[in-house]
Amino acid sequence: MNVLRFFLNGVLVEREGVDPHTTLLDFVREERRLTGTKEGCAEGDCGACTVVIGELSKDSAGRDRVSLSPINACIRLLPTLDGKAVFTVESLKSASGTLHPTQQAMVDCHGSQCGFCTPGFVMALFALFKNETSPTRARTCEAIAGNLCRCTGYRPILDAAQVMYQKVPPAAASCSTDMERWLFSPATTGAPPLPGESELAEKLISLVRTEALHLTSSAGTFIAPRTIEDFSAAVLANPDAWILGGGTDIGLWVTKGLQTNGVIIYTGEVAALKRVDETDTGIRIGAAVSLEAAFHAMNRLYPELAHVWTRFASWPIRSSGTFGGNVANGSPIGDSMPALIAIGAEVVLRRGERQRTIPLESLYLDYKKQSREAGEWVEAIVMPRRSTAGVFQIASYKNSKRNEQDISAVCAAIAVTTERGVVSQCRIAFGGMAGTSKRAALTEQTLTGKAWSETTVRAAMEALSKDYSPISDMRSSAAYRMQVAQNLLLRFWLESQGEPQAVRLF
Amino acid sequence: MNAPLNPTQLRIDVLQHAVATSMPHESAHLHVTGEAIYTDDIAAPRGMLSAAIGYGPAAHAALKSFDLRAVLKAPGVIAVYTAKDVPGVNNYGGIVLDDPILANDLIEYHGQPVFLVVAESHLLARKAARLAKYVLEIRTPILSIDEALAAKSYVLDPVTTGRGDAEAALARSPHRIGGKTAHGGQDHFYLEGMVAIAHPVEDGQIAIQCSTQHPTEVQHIVARAMALPDAKVRVECRRMGGGFGGKESQPALFASLCAIAAARLGCSVKLRLDRDDDMIITGKRHPFQFEYDIGFDDDGRILGADLMLASDCGYSADLSGPVNARAICHVDNAYYLEHVRIRNFPCKTHKVSNTAFRGFGGPQGMFLIEHVMDEIAHALGKDPLDVRKHNLYGLTERNETHYGQAVDDNILHDIVPELERRADYRARRVALREQNKTCRIIKRGIAMTPVKFGISFNASHLNQAGALVNIYSDGSVIVNHGGTEMGQGLFTKVAQVVAEELGIDIKRIRVSTTDTSKVPNTSATAASSGSDLNGMAAKDACRTLRSRLAEFAGKKWDVDTSAIRFVNDGIEAGAGNGVKRWAFADLVHDAWFSRISLSAQGFYKTPKIHWNRDTFKGRPFYYFAYGVACAQVAIDTLTGELKVERVEILHDVGSSLNPALDKGQIEGAFIQGVGWLTGEELVWNGKGVLTTHAPSTYKIPTAADIPEEFNVWLVENSPNREDTIYRSKAVGEPPLMLAFAVHQAIRDAVSSVSGYKASAQLAAPATAEAILNAVMAAQAHRLVPSPLAGEG
Repeated sequence: MNVLRFFLNGVLVEREGVDPHTTLLDFVREERRLTGTKEGCAEGDCGACTVVIGELSKDSAGRDRVSLSPINACIRLLPTLDGKAVFTVESLKSASGTLHPTQQAMVDCHGSQCGFCTPGFVMALFALFKNETSPTRARTCEAIAGNLCRCTGYRPILDAAQVMYQKVPPAAASCSTDMERWLFSPATTGAPPLPGESELAEKLISLVRTEALHLTSSAGTFIAPRTIEDFSAAVLANPDAWILGGGTDIGLWVTKGLQTNGVIIYTGEVAALKRVDETDTGIRIGAAVSLEAAFHAMNRLYPELAHVWTRFASWPIRSSGTFGGNVANGSPIGDSMPALIAIGAEVVLRRGERQRTIPLESLYLDYKKQSREAGEWVEAIVMPRRSTAGVFQIASYKNSKRNEQDISAVCAAIAVTTERGVVSQCRIAFGGMAGTSKRAALTEQTLTGKAWSETTVRAAMEALSKDYSPISDMRSSAAYRMQVAQNLLLRFWLESQGEPQAVRLF
Repeated sequence: MNAPLNPTQLRIDVLQHAVATSMPHESAHLHVTGEAIYTDDIAAPRGMLSAAIGYGPAAHAALKSFDLRAVLKAPGVIAVYTAKDVPGVNNYGGIVLDDPILANDLIEYHGQPVFLVVAESHLLARKAARLAKYVLEIRTPILSIDEALAAKSYVLDPVTTGRGDAEAALARSPHRIGGKTAHGGQDHFYLEGMVAIAHPVEDGQIAIQCSTQHPTEVQHIVARAMALPDAKVRVECRRMGGGFGGKESQPALFASLCAIAAARLGCSVKLRLDRDDDMIITGKRHPFQFEYDIGFDDDGRILGADLMLASDCGYSADLSGPVNARAICHVDNAYYLEHVRIRNFPCKTHKVSNTAFRGFGGPQGMFLIEHVMDEIAHALGKDPLDVRKHNLYGLTERNETHYGQAVDDNILHDIVPELERRADYRARRVALREQNKTCRIIKRGIAMTPVKFGISFNASHLNQAGALVNIYSDGSVIVNHGGTEMGQGLFTKVAQVVAEELGIDIKRIRVSTTDTSKVPNTSATAASSGSDLNGMAAKDACRTLRSRLAEFAGKKWDVDTSAIRFVNDGIEAGAGNGVKRWAFADLVHDAWFSRISLSAQGFYKTPKIHWNRDTFKGRPFYYFAYGVACAQVAIDTLTGELKVERVEILHDVGSSLNPALDKGQIEGAFIQGVGWLTGEELVWNGKGVLTTHAPSTYKIPTAADIPEEFNVWLVENSPNREDTIYRSKAVGEPPLMLAFAVHQAIRDAVSSVSGYKASAQLAAPATAEAILNAVMAAQAHRLVPSPLAGEG
């Protein structure tokens, strides 16, 4: 099966001999001359390249649906689009020339100035339009956190996100096909799919493969296995291959590091790796589950953490990026690890047929050093249910130069169980404070068995300075990191006491 | 037809309602569909090649030799060019010749272009560019203003200027404070990076398509680099994906590099910078350091001021001379400085050459005086707004700037109290101070700051513009002018002017690509002057066409030309039943048939201005634009995190040509200013390498950073007192400086931590780290225990 197949703006694209390092952005701009999608940064941080992808899904009634999410075309490798539908900004206007409600709202609200970021914003708003029936301002900000505009100051764009819903009736009247009628219709809750959506779902079903996709070219091979067994065998057979999840990091190896690899093995089509299974003891999340879906699942067990996930990168990055990729990458400034360590998550590792489950914290040894063996890969993450003993409190705090779409200077996750006012158990982990996400052993020790009081917390803050020796870099100084880390313990304590006044802004 | 316009001509009624309406940006429908063509979107001619820059790997080094063999052997590489391949002058300096296109034997910043590699694709060129090997003799770089001052390292001679006797005034002042402050630079972060395409044309000509605010300068510098007459180089720019000053002097470098390669290879060559390369290679807003010695009376009125402004210009002069001049001319902001001495040091460091950025030195100068206002207020225990009001330029006295220009259009005495009322500033200030007493962790601050900004290029000769208006025989119209479109809506405003002047439906009008072969010798679209200059030039052209058409119609109708009105998409004469009417399309068709020229050039030069750059005296500005902002912020004293909660702005655009576009400029500039003063931090490491060279590390504001309550009003019924285009005012730059209200509000919030006993030790950018440091410094001053010290 050496042919890449996907729908681009409703048209079937079939390609052989694709260089697997080709980005979706280069493909649409250079090969298809669809120049509405722009390159602003080529690292997934500005959103000028935002496009929307459609993937098959089932709704609660078991109907075939197409779920739409925004992604950054600049760091998305083309072969990962196999079997999917891609919508660029060129697809929105109706054949009769009527602007999509999103586009009309942007015009009417004066939402563009230089216009270079505009197609990306239009696509991000289009994704919002298709996923939300009436987004709040906060939800809109979150949805466009991955889109930078240097001209407008955003106010008119936020306005457009409200106004676009009012533009539906006049615009929809111009639609002449089912596909247009679907694209021009905002999200609905519980309604059956429109004919246009069903038509696309059928087209996508026609592309579903049962065998692995093997794309070969002189520039390298792309393998997208369908089963864990095939995947594991491919990894064993190609020890130097890149294991590609959402490509939100590997994409930068390509666009910034200018690297290539002879073999790329993709996790995204292994059905078993895309499962979220809830059990009596917790939730098991397959490695290829998107960050967005993983966080939704996690929120069911730990709703207190939800706010930090809205600040994890951006919607397009969370849609592309995978939970397993974030964990396997193990960046010292990755934001999911501190929380996962604080809740006591485990990671399922696999090598060939062999599987083992270890506490997540024991995966990370040092900067870019893990206890994974050669050929061993992350299969799933298992999150336990929350502790029922005593009073369990948990929070995660992200601190970064900018509040949206930024890499943390410090990310804290603190879980404390108290029984009769005494700390019976605590798990505290920080990102940004060491070469890996790491537990604060001395701090935990200082707290455990003590009265849950400000005095204890201040002693713990003191202990924290012995747990970590952070570095200074362009994000912040070592001194700031340490001070903030200590102060976040105090914030947690203040919040646990029900401080009457707000103790944080975000 | 090139004579200056008679001012009385300007006072025409707005008949057509093409101006003063909020029509959308002329390209809005193209922006939202992705159909708007930017330079990189232009369909490639057959065989077009891509280029990439190889740049110096050190901040300061003698370039002994380099080995480009691996570059040449890399896949897809066609050619490599170095300094010796520049046929003409190897320099793109616009004012001073100190900017090599390609380095010869000296590298003066990390990122300085050394060679150009041309390959079959963008990616192959970028890959090859990394394969060079250099033999360098590393020299000690100067990486800070302090180091440069100590070494007397300047790109231009220091300047001392001022008025009166500052020393004596300081000596007799009842109060005196002194200190230092500083602010950082700012990357433009235009969403569209630098890009240029050069096409070889017959007979040695070069055609350039380029993202530039200054096509004429690109033309002249490419011609100089190629040893060609200007007439053999043509530069076009339809639109930019943002400019903000970054594409004023710098695009000439990239266009020149493309031209060198295109001429040698005989095919089109494109150079599009990757974002990281763009941020490493191109200059930014000048960071400044300041020292001040201020004497003032019991009301906080400044009696004497001794001010030192040192700027980090980077390795070359570029536009640093005019940027520093504008800083000097805006160090007063809105305040009368009777006795002032100003010393200015344009420091040379081994960093990228800093350049124009929205405000162009104005924000830098004003940063100092706004800091001083707060310090005076703090010293006297007064509301900073009262101190600011006491120091405002007077209406009939105390109304001459330190450079000798009368401030005779001052509206701040009206709009500052007006915003004070609309924002409910006084009551909120009291309430926030009360709230801060009980709110343990989150502290709030509020501030109001005025802005006065001079409009015109300081250098008088740049204040000229040309336009070309062509009417076709079907009644459609093309307008071409020297200005460039970077999102500010210039093309829309000029189209509105032409529609108004010719009395026609704006749908007839297309503003075409800026093109050096249509309107020559233009100035940069900069200094907020685009509409003022090009709108007037277009109007001049329209007046010529009107007089021709009126004369033609007058003869046909046998009426006096003065009786002919250009309205309702045609012309009319007479009234009531006797009204005569000629539809525009019919009129111009008949005029063409009668051999009337339907093409006209227009020209404009700003009147009244003059500037002596040696004495720093004159009237550099045609008029001033004014505004005032009120900002409320909240800070987290545990982390230094910041939230801008509420902002009110009242800004002066004269009689607006397009209120929606003007409001867009105000909001956008304000948020850009907030970015400069808060989260946008440029970090260089100890070797002079920029470590914040991508949006992953350099953080401009996002949607969530804007205040949830954000009220922006245009000052109403406030026509420009000078005869500008329909009595409007420039708007591009002035509102950026309204962001000082946010910085001062942060300082107010920080000061609360000390019980308002200490002024906040906070420079810019006020990152979370800087705010937390200021909070901790303030805690050291407070007499009551800090919440961090165990207060219950």
